[in-house]
Amino acid sequence: MIAHLPALQVHLPVLQVIIPLMAAPICLILKRAHPVWLFALITSGLAFVISVLLLQQVMTSGVISYELGGWQAPWGIEYRIDKLNAFVLLIITSISTIVLFAAQTSIEKEIPKSKHTFFYILYLLSLTGMLGIVATGDAFNVFVFLEISSLSAYALIAMGKDRRALWAAYQYLIMGTIGATFILIGIGLMYQMTGTLNMEDLSQRLPEVAQTRTVFTAFAFVIVGVCLKLALFPLHLWLPNAYAYAPSIVTAFFAATATKVAIYLLIRFTFTIFGLSFSFTTIPLQTLFMALGLAGIFIASTSAIYQKNIKLLFAYSSIAQIGYMIVGFSISSVTGLTATLLHMFNHALMKSAIFLALGAVMYRLGNVQLSSFHGLGRQMPFTMAAIVIGGLSLIGVPLTVGFVSKWYLLLALLEQGWWPVAVLILLGSVLAVIYVWRLVEVAYFKEPLSDQVPVKEAPMFFIIPIWTLIIANIYFGIDTRLSVQVAQAAAMSLFGVTP
Amino acid sequence: MLMGLFNHWVVIALMMIGLYIVIAHGNLIKKIVGLTLFQTSVFIFYISMAKVNGGTAPILADDIIQYSNPLPHVLILTAIVVGIATTALALSLVVRIKETYGSIEEENIQDQDNQTFEQSNSQKDSKQEKQA
Amino acid sequence: MINIVILTLLVVIAIAIIRMKDLFAVVMLLGIYGLLSASFFVAMDAVDVAFTEAAVGAGISTLLMLVVISMTGRREITTRHKPFSALFVVAITGFLLIYGTLDMPYFGSADAPIHGHVAPRYINDSMQEIGIPNIVTSVLASYRAFDTFGEVVVIFTAGIGVLALLSVVRRPEDPEQIAVINDSMHERHLVIRIIAKILIPFILLFALYVQFHGDFGPGGGFQAGVIFAAAIILYTMLFGLSTARRVINQSLIRLVAATGVLLYGSVGLATLLSGGNFFDYNVLANDPIAGQHLGIALIELGVGCTVAVVIIIIFFNFAARREMQLNNKKQHQDKKNKESSSC
Repeated sequence: MIAHLPALQVHLPVLQVIIPLMAAPICLILKRAHPVWLFALITSGLAFVISVLLLQQVMTSGVISYELGGWQAPWGIEYRIDKLNAFVLLIITSISTIVLFAAQTSIEKEIPKSKHTFFYILYLLSLTGMLGIVATGDAFNVFVFLEISSLSAYALIAMGKDRRALWAAYQYLIMGTIGATFILIGIGLMYQMTGTLNMEDLSQRLPEVAQTRTVFTAFAFVIVGVCLKLALFPLHLWLPNAYAYAPSIVTAFFAATATKVAIYLLIRFTFTIFGLSFSFTTIPLQTLFMALGLAGIFIASTSAIYQKNIKLLFAYSSIAQIGYMIVGFSISSVTGLTATLLHMFNHALMKSAIFLALGAVMYRLGNVQLSSFHGLGRQMPFTMAAIVIGGLSLIGVPLTVGFVSKWYLLLALLEQGWWPVAVLILLGSVLAVIYVWRLVEVAYFKEPLSDQVPVKEAPMFFIIPIWTLIIANIYFGIDTRLSVQVAQAAAMSLFGVTP
Repeated sequence: MLMGLFNHWVVIALMMIGLYIVIAHGNLIKKIVGLTLFQTSVFIFYISMAKVNGGTAPILADDIIQYSNPLPHVLILTAIVVGIATTALALSLVVRIKETYGSIEEENIQDQDNQTFEQSNSQKDSKQEKQA
Repeated sequence: MINIVILTLLVVIAIAIIRMKDLFAVVMLLGIYGLLSASFFVAMDAVDVAFTEAAVGAGISTLLMLVVISMTGRREITTRHKPFSALFVVAITGFLLIYGTLDMPYFGSADAPIHGHVAPRYINDSMQEIGIPNIVTSVLASYRAFDTFGEVVVIFTAGIGVLALLSVVRRPEDPEQIAVINDSMHERHLVIRIIAKILIPFILLFALYVQFHGDFGPGGGFQAGVIFAAAIILYTMLFGLSTARRVINQSLIRLVAATGVLLYGSVGLATLLSGGNFFDYNVLANDPIAGQHLGIALIELGVGCTVAVVIIIIFFNFAARREMQLNNKKQHQDKKNKESSSC
C-alpha cells in the first residue's frame, strides 16, 4: 500500500475534491456527533495537506491537467490546476480546517444536539462544492459544484438559532438560484457558439466568435450571475442577514471562503475564458467595476458604522472588503490583480479570526449586540484582543496583513496614475477606523452594565484557532515573501507574462 | 429570421414570466413556483439548442444517419436534478418560516423582523441610558 | 408544428400561473407545465430528459408542493407588489437575451457550431468506446461521469438539508395504536387501497426495468429511483406514515442514501487503485468494453439507491412535520377545552 503512495501523487487534483466528498456520506454512517467532528477535522486537514502539495507542485512544474474518466479534455471533464486555483484551494482548506477546530464547542450552544451530525455533513459538502468549483477546468462542472456548495450553504445558514436565519437563508436561496441559473444561461450560450464546455478549449475558440451579440450576452449573464454570488454592490442584499444570523462557525467559514470562490470565478471567466482583450476592451468593464467597487466600499462601510449587532457590522464590512478586491481586479494590471489575490488571502485570515472571536463571545454571552460588549475587554482579554488586531488588519495598519494588500492596491493605482481613486481607498480605511473604534470604545473604555453577569474567557477550543489566525495575520504582515510570491506568480501567469 | 428564432423568443418569454413571478410576488410558495418556471424554461432553451432538423433521439440504431445532439440532454438531466433539490430545500425552509413567523407573505415577515429589530435596539438604548 | 402548439400552451399556462391566487391551482398548473415541457422534450428528441422531467416536474415537485401547501395555507394574499422594478429587471434581462439570440444559429440547423467539435465524437465513437446504444447514457455515465457524481451529491445534499431543517425526534409508537388507526381507516379508501396494493409490485418492477434498461433506451438510475420512491410514497399516502415507517426503517434508509454515494465514489477509487484515472472504467476488467459496462452498471445502481432513498426521506420528513403540527394543534385545543370547562 505504501509503495503505491508515490503513484497517488498524479491523482492529487481529484483527491482534493473527492476526499471531503466521500467523507460526507461516511459521516452519516458514523452517526454520533463527536466521532463525526473528529473525522471531519481530519478530512479537512488532509485536504489542506493535499492543497499544499498541489501548490508546491504547480509552483515548481507548472500547470497540472487531470483527465477524469481518462477521456481527453474537451470530451471528458478536466481538472486543471494552475497557480491561481492552487492558491485559492490553499485558502479554502486552511481556513476550513482551523475553523472546524472550534466547531464542536461553538455549535454546542447554537444548534440542537440531534442536528450536529447533519451540520458536519453539510459543512463538508460545502467545502467539497467550493473545492470542486475551484479545481475544475470545465464550465458546466462549475455549475454542478456551485450548486453543491450553495445548497449546503442555505441549509447551514438556516440552522442559526434566530428565526431570522430562516428568512435570510430563504432570500439567499432565491438570489443564489437566480444567479446560478444566469450562469447556466451564459454557459449555454457559450456552448451554443463554440460547441465546447472545456475552459481551455473555450478560451481558444471564443475569440473567433467574440464579435457576435450572442457571446456578448453570454458574458453579461455569466458576470451578473457570478456577481450575485459575490455579493457585489448593488447585488449584495442577501449577504448581511445571512452572515449575521447563521451559526458562528458557518459565518467564520463563509466570510473567509465563499466570496473568495466567487471572486475566483470572476477572474477565471474574465481572464482565462473570455480573455483579457475581450473582457476589458470590448466591454467597459473596467469603469463599471471600479465604480461599483468604490460605491460598495463607501456605502457598506457607512452602513457598518450604524449597526448595533456586531456580526451584522462585520458582515457589512465584508461587502466593503469585496469592494477593495473588485477595485484591484478592475485595474487589470499585474500589480492590481496581485493586490486582489493578496487581499483574498489576507481578508480570509482576518475575517475568519474576527468571526471566530465573535463566535466565542456568542458562546459566553449568547448574543453579539454592541451593548453586551461593555467592559468585555477585561473579561475576555484574549478574545477581544484578537478582534482588535483583526480590526487593525481590516483598517490596514502596518505590520498586519491588511497593510500589505492595501499597499499593493495603492501601488497599482499609482502605477496607472489614478491617484484620486487611491485617495478614495484611503478614505475608505478611515470609515473602517470608525466602525472598529466603536467596538473598541465599548469593550475597553466602558464599565460593564450593572445587570450583566460577568463572564469568563472563552474555552481553549476557541482561543487556539483564533490566535493561530491572528498570528498568521501578523506573520504574513511582516514576512510577505510567501504570499506575495505566489499571488504575483498567479497574476503574472494570468496576464501571460513570464516572470 | 422570424421562423429561425421564433422558438427561442417564446422560450425567453417563458423564462421572463418565471423571473417576474420570483421578483414581483410576495408569497413564498409562489416565488418557488416562479423559480421552477424560470429553470424549466432554461431547460427548454437548452434542449431546443440540441435539436437537429430531421434528427432522431440519440439512441444508436442501424438505419439512422442524423441524431440530435446528446450533450445538452446530459447537461439538462443534471440540471433537472439540481432543480428538484433546490425546490425541496426551499420548501422545507418555507415550512419552518411558517412555523416561526406564522406567515408566508414576504411583507408580513419583513414587518415582523423590523419590529423585533427596533425593539431590541430600543431596549438596549434604554439600558444604556439607565447606566449613564 | 407540434412544438409551436406546445409552446403556445406553455405560455398560456405561465400567464395563468401569474394570475391565479389559489396556490393549489397554481401548483397543479405547474405540474401541467412540467408535463407539457416533457412532451416538448420528446418532440425535441430528448427522450431521457423528457422521462426525467415528467417524473420530477409533474410528479415529485408537485407532490412536495402540495404537502407544503397543506401546512401553510392555499391562499396567496396580494399585498403591495413591486411590479415596476420587477418589470424593469425582467425587461432588461429579456431584451438582452433576445439581443443575444440575433447572432444565434437558427433553430434546428445541422451546421450550428454546437453540433460540431465535441458532440460528433459521442455520436460516432461511443459504440466502439463504451459499447452501449444510448448515447445519453454513455456521456452521462462515462464521458461526463464526474458531473453525474456531482448530481448525486447535490440530491444527497438536499436530503441532508431537509433532515437538518425538518427532522423531528419521534417517540416510539405503540404498535397496537397503529393497528387501531389502521382498522378504523380500513373502511375509507378501500378501493384505492386494494388497487394500490395490486399496483405497487408492478411499479417497483417497472423501476427495476428502467434501472437496468438505461443502456438501451431512455431510463437509468435517476428515473428508476424516482419511480421506486413513487411506489413507496403511494403506499405512505394510503396507509399512513406510521405504517410506512414500520415497513421502511428510518436509520436504514439513511444508511442506503450514504451507501449510494459511496458506491459511486468507490467505483472511482477502484479505477484509481487499478492504475487508471478517476472513473476510467477501462481498467476495471481485462476488456475495456466490459470494464465500461461494469462501471456504468455500478454507478447507475449508486444513483438509483441515493435518488430513491433521498426522495423518500424528503417526503417522510415533510409528512412527519405535518403530523407533528397537527398533533400540537390538537393538544393545544384539548388544553383550551379543558381550561374553558374548568372555568
